[in-house]
Amino acid sequence: MASAFSATAKFAQPLPLNTTSSARSQDKLSPPALFDPFRTSSSAATSPFLGSTRQLLCKSNRPLSHRRSSSSSAVVAISDVKQKKPKSSSNLLITKEEGLELYEDMVLGRSFEDMCAQMYYRGKMFGFVHLYNGQEAVSTGFIKLLTKDDSVVSTYRDHVHALSKGVPARAVMSELFGKTTGCCRGQGGSMHMFSKEHNVLGGFAFIGEGIPVATGAAFTSKYKREVLKEPNSDHVTLAFFGDGTCNNGQFFECLNMAALWKLPIVFVVENNLWAIGMSHLRATSDPQIYKKGPAFGMPGVHVDGMDVLKVREVAKEAIGRARRGEGPTLVECETYRFRGHSLADPDELRDPAEKAHYAARDPISQLKTYMFENKLVNESELKAIDKKIDELVEEAVEFADESPVPDRSQLLENVFADPKGFGIGPDGRYRCEDPKFTQGTAQV
Amino acid sequence: MFRILTQRVLGQSLLQQGIRPGAVASASRCFASAAKDLTVREALNSALNEEMSADPRVLLMGEEVGEYQGAYKITKGLLDKYGPDRVLDTPITEAGFTGIAVGAAYHGLRPVVEFMTFNFAMQAIDHIINSAAKTYYMSTGQISVPIVFRGPNGAAAGVGAQHSQCYASWYASCPGLKVLAPYSSEDARGLLKAAIRDPDPVVFLENELLYGEAFPVSAEVLDSNFALPIGKAKIEREGKDVTITAFSKMVGFALKAAEILDKEGISAEVINLRSIRPLDRATINASVRKTNRLVTVEEGFPQHGVGAEICTSVVEESFGYLDAPVERIAGADVPMPYAANLERLALPQVEDIVRAAKRACYRSVPMAAAA
Repeated sequence: MASAFSATAKFAQPLPLNTTSSARSQDKLSPPALFDPFRTSSSAATSPFLGSTRQLLCKSNRPLSHRRSSSSSAVVAISDVKQKKPKSSSNLLITKEEGLELYEDMVLGRSFEDMCAQMYYRGKMFGFVHLYNGQEAVSTGFIKLLTKDDSVVSTYRDHVHALSKGVPARAVMSELFGKTTGCCRGQGGSMHMFSKEHNVLGGFAFIGEGIPVATGAAFTSKYKREVLKEPNSDHVTLAFFGDGTCNNGQFFECLNMAALWKLPIVFVVENNLWAIGMSHLRATSDPQIYKKGPAFGMPGVHVDGMDVLKVREVAKEAIGRARRGEGPTLVECETYRFRGHSLADPDELRDPAEKAHYAARDPISQLKTYMFENKLVNESELKAIDKKIDELVEEAVEFADESPVPDRSQLLENVFADPKGFGIGPDGRYRCEDPKFTQGTAQV
Repeated sequence: MFRILTQRVLGQSLLQQGIRPGAVASASRCFASAAKDLTVREALNSALNEEMSADPRVLLMGEEVGEYQGAYKITKGLLDKYGPDRVLDTPITEAGFTGIAVGAAYHGLRPVVEFMTFNFAMQAIDHIINSAAKTYYMSTGQISVPIVFRGPNGAAAGVGAQHSQCYASWYASCPGLKVLAPYSSEDARGLLKAAIRDPDPVVFLENELLYGEAFPVSAEVLDSNFALPIGKAKIEREGKDVTITAFSKMVGFALKAAEILDKEGISAEVINLRSIRPLDRATINASVRKTNRLVTVEEGFPQHGVGAEICTSVVEESFGYLDAPVERIAGADVPMPYAANLERLALPQVEDIVRAAKRACYRSVPMAAAA
C-alpha cells in the first residue's frame, strides 16, 4: 500500500529566518517531520516548531506520481522554489491560469472581509463577525482543488470558505446584512453559511461541532459507493477548524473513527496560534498538532499556511489520498489572523512584533512576488483582477443594501422539512401509512 | 477596585448595626434608597472578588477568565489579584473542564465554572446533570457538590440560532440543581454570593445584555456579607389587577409594560422570580390569589417552559381564584433567526406583555377603567 507521504521524499533544509523575540514560545521540541504511519521517516530535520518567530520549517513532499496527477514532474520541494529560488527547477508549481485563479480567490477573500469590517462599523452588519484576513492561503490552497461535489465544513470564520467554494459574494453579503436574498435567507447569519448547491455544509458556532458533521459527510461518500453501489461516489470532505479545537474531545473522537473506517476526509487545522485571547502554547500540552494524526493512524503534515503554493501541494496529495480511498489526513497549516478574533475583540494580548512578522508574510504579496519573479504575469493583469474584485464586492454591497428584509411570515418557515410537523405527506395521508414508504423488501 | 474597597469599609460599619445578611427580603417593593449606581458587571465582579477572598477554596475556571479579563469582562482584575492558581484559563474543552471542576467539588473545593454562554454548556451538560446534580442523591448524602456554573444565557443581539437559546427550563427540570436568574445588580450580587456559599450545584443564568445596565443599590447591598435567599422571588412592583411573572431581562420589559398598563388603569404586580428552581410557588400563588389573573413572561421556547410550570402550579393550588386563563408569553417556537427584524419578532417585546395583560383582564367581567 503505497503511502504518498513516504520517506523517499526530499525534505527542505531548515532555513534560518531572523527570529524576533517571542514572549511565549520556549519550546525546543523536536521538529515537525512528515509522519508516515506505515514507514518510519528518516528525516532528521532539526528546526524547532511553532511560535510565530521561530524557524518555520516548510514541509512538503513531492507526491509520487499517480494516475490522476498531472502536475509538474520535477522533483522539487516547495521551499526550494520559494525560498532559495533555484535555477535548477525547470518546472513551476503553477501555470499562469492557476496563478491568476489563486490570486483572484485570495484577493476576493481579503476585499470581502475588509468590506465586512467597514459595513459592521456602519451598522449594516451585526452580531458576531469573525474575519479571515491573513488566512486566505489555506482556504484558497485547499478549496480551489475541489470539485463541485466535494464538501466543505467550517467554523464561524466561514465567509471565505463559502466564497472559495463558489457561493456568490452577493449571496454571502446579503446573508450578513440579514436580507432575504442571502444564501440562508437571513436566517443563518455570519456564522452559519450553508449552501446545498455548493456543498458548503456550514458554518458552526461551536468549535469542534463541525468536525463530526464533516466526518459524517465523508462517511456518506463511502457508504454511497459501497452500500448503495454508486461507483462514481468519491467526493471528499474538508473540515476546517482552528488550534483551539484541537483540544476538544470531538476532534479526537473523529480522528479515531475517520482513520478506523478510512473515510475520505482531510482535517485541516488553521493554526493561527490564538483562540480569542488564549495562546495555543498556553492551552496545549503538546502544541505540535500534526503529531496527533499518527497517534490515530493517519499521516500528520505541517505546512506553512501563509504560502498558498505550499498549501496547495500538500492539499493535492491529501485530497488525492482521500479520493483514492486511502483514508484521512491531518494537515496543520501554521497561519495567522491579522485582525482580532471577531470585530468585538480588542486584540490586546497579541504581541505587535508577532503581528508585524506575519504581516510581512502576507500570502497575497508572497504569491504576487512569486508570479512576478517567475514571469508568469505582469503588473497590469493583477491590477485588472484587483479592480474586478473591488467592483464585485461593491456590487455585492449594493445588492445586499437594496434587498428586502425577510418577510414576517418567514419567521415560522423551515422549522421542519415536514411542513405540518405531523408526518403528513403531500397527498394528505400519513407518510407511515404509505405502502411505498420503504424502498426495501421488508413487509410493513 | 478602589470603589469596592471603600464600600466594604462602609459595609462593615453597617454590619455592626446588626443588619444581617438577607435582610433585603422579598417584601421590599421598590429599589432601596439609592446610594449609588452599580452595573450588573460590577456587581458580579465584586461578588466573585469578595467570595474568593473570604474562602480560599473558591476558584474560577473557564475560557478567557484570566488574561483576557473575562470574555464579557466579568472576571476583570481577578487574575492579577488571585493568581493563575485560582483563576484558571482553560482550553476549549467544556466537557473536560466541567468534569474536572465537578471532581474538585467532590473533594471540597468550591469551583465557579464560567461558560462563555450556556449554549456552550451543552457540551458539558452530561457533567452538570449526571456528575453534579445527581451525586448527592446517588451517594445518599456522602458527597456534596458545592459548585456554581455561571454564564450568559438567552438571546443577545444578532448572534444566530446557536448562541441564543435560553436554558432555564432545561436545568430547572432537574432535581438536584438549583437554578438562579438575576435581573438587577442587587440580584446579581446577592444571588451569586448565595450560590457560591451554597453546598449544592447551582446554575446561575446571567444575561449578556444586562451586564452593562446600571441599577441603583443601597449601602447594604454593597456590604460584603450581603446575600439573597435562594428560592424566594421578589415583588418588584405591587399591583392588584394582574400578576406578571418574569425573570432576567424580561423583568425590565415587564416593568415597562406595567407602567404602560398603569396609564390604562390596570395595576399590574410584577414578580421577579430570581430563582427558577426552587420556584417560589408561595409568592406566586399569594399574588394570584390577590389579583386573580396571571401572565407569565419568558424569553425561551414556549413548550415545556418556565411559564408552563408556573401555570400548572397556579392551577393546582389556586384554581378557584383565577378569573381568567393564564396567559403565557414566550419566545417564538423557532430557532433564533439572524435577520434583525425576524429576531425582534422571535422575542417577547413590551407590547406583547401589555397585550397579554389586557387579554387577561378583559376575559370575564369587564373592568371599569379607573381614571
